[in-house]
Amino acid sequence: MRIVIAFVCGLLFGIGLLISGMVDPDKVRGFLDITGQWDPSLALVMAGAIGVAMPCMQWARRHDAQRNDTAAGKGDADSESRRIDRPLIIGSLVFGIGWGVSGYCPGPALVAASSGHATALWYVLAMAVGGWLAALSRKR
Amino acid sequence: MNIDWQHFTPWTALGGGMLIGLSAALLYGLTRQVAGISGIFHALLALPSRRLTADSAWRLAFLAGLLLAPWLPLPIAAAAANPQGALAPLLVAGLLTGYGTWMAHGCTSGHGICGLSRLSLRSLVAVLCFMFTGMLTVTLVRHVLPGMLP
Repeated sequence: MRIVIAFVCGLLFGIGLLISGMVDPDKVRGFLDITGQWDPSLALVMAGAIGVAMPCMQWARRHDAQRNDTAAGKGDADSESRRIDRPLIIGSLVFGIGWGVSGYCPGPALVAASSGHATALWYVLAMAVGGWLAALSRKR
Repeated sequence: MNIDWQHFTPWTALGGGMLIGLSAALLYGLTRQVAGISGIFHALLALPSRRLTADSAWRLAFLAGLLLAPWLPLPIAAAAANPQGALAPLLVAGLLTGYGTWMAHGCTSGHGICGLSRLSLRSLVAVLCFMFTGMLTVTLVRHVLPGMLP
């Protein structure tokens, strides 16, 4: 059942990215271009997404808290480190540069690569290498 | 600041965003998993060194759905555009994105949508960081550097 839910969610996510236009790197760079001709579309994508997700997630968390079921939150990202540390800040700053240069964040890059765009496929391969380098550097 | 009214698409942006939010809400509500694309991507890449678990199964299923989406006959979906330009900057950008999202444990979906929806301060810091360098990079590439070149 979890597999079916995850599949449907992945499909919905991809359709949302396509409809919103976020798979178009020029549209994303248009949003990041605040000093030039600014396209605010991405802000509305975020507003729409958070507008739907926030009430649902807050309800789910309250539901969990009421049941006081700590076991349910075991695999939850909530139990992950909540610290604001150097890797979080440096990693996000570095990601922003890659995002700005390409106009691709991981989701749209994967969708564009799947629809057969060679450049997006190269980008995804480079992303994999980048993740691999990060994993190597952390192990030391 | 000049708003680019010609390219601004408020309704499809809002509608598409709501679908993304619905996806994140369903996944969290029904399985308590976070729909973070970079997390799913990096976890699946690490698979060969680990055993296939129930966690990798849902990630594979999510990725399969995501990759299937552009193959559906959608009525109003914008076609994924093919960026023009040199391959080298794109490869460097991909490396930076892969490295950065691995270090920060999330990208625009995990920290941006799911993290902010869960009112995570950690995610807010991440979003402010990548928005800042993203805007700075585009400003440099589009407006500052071309003026400095002969």
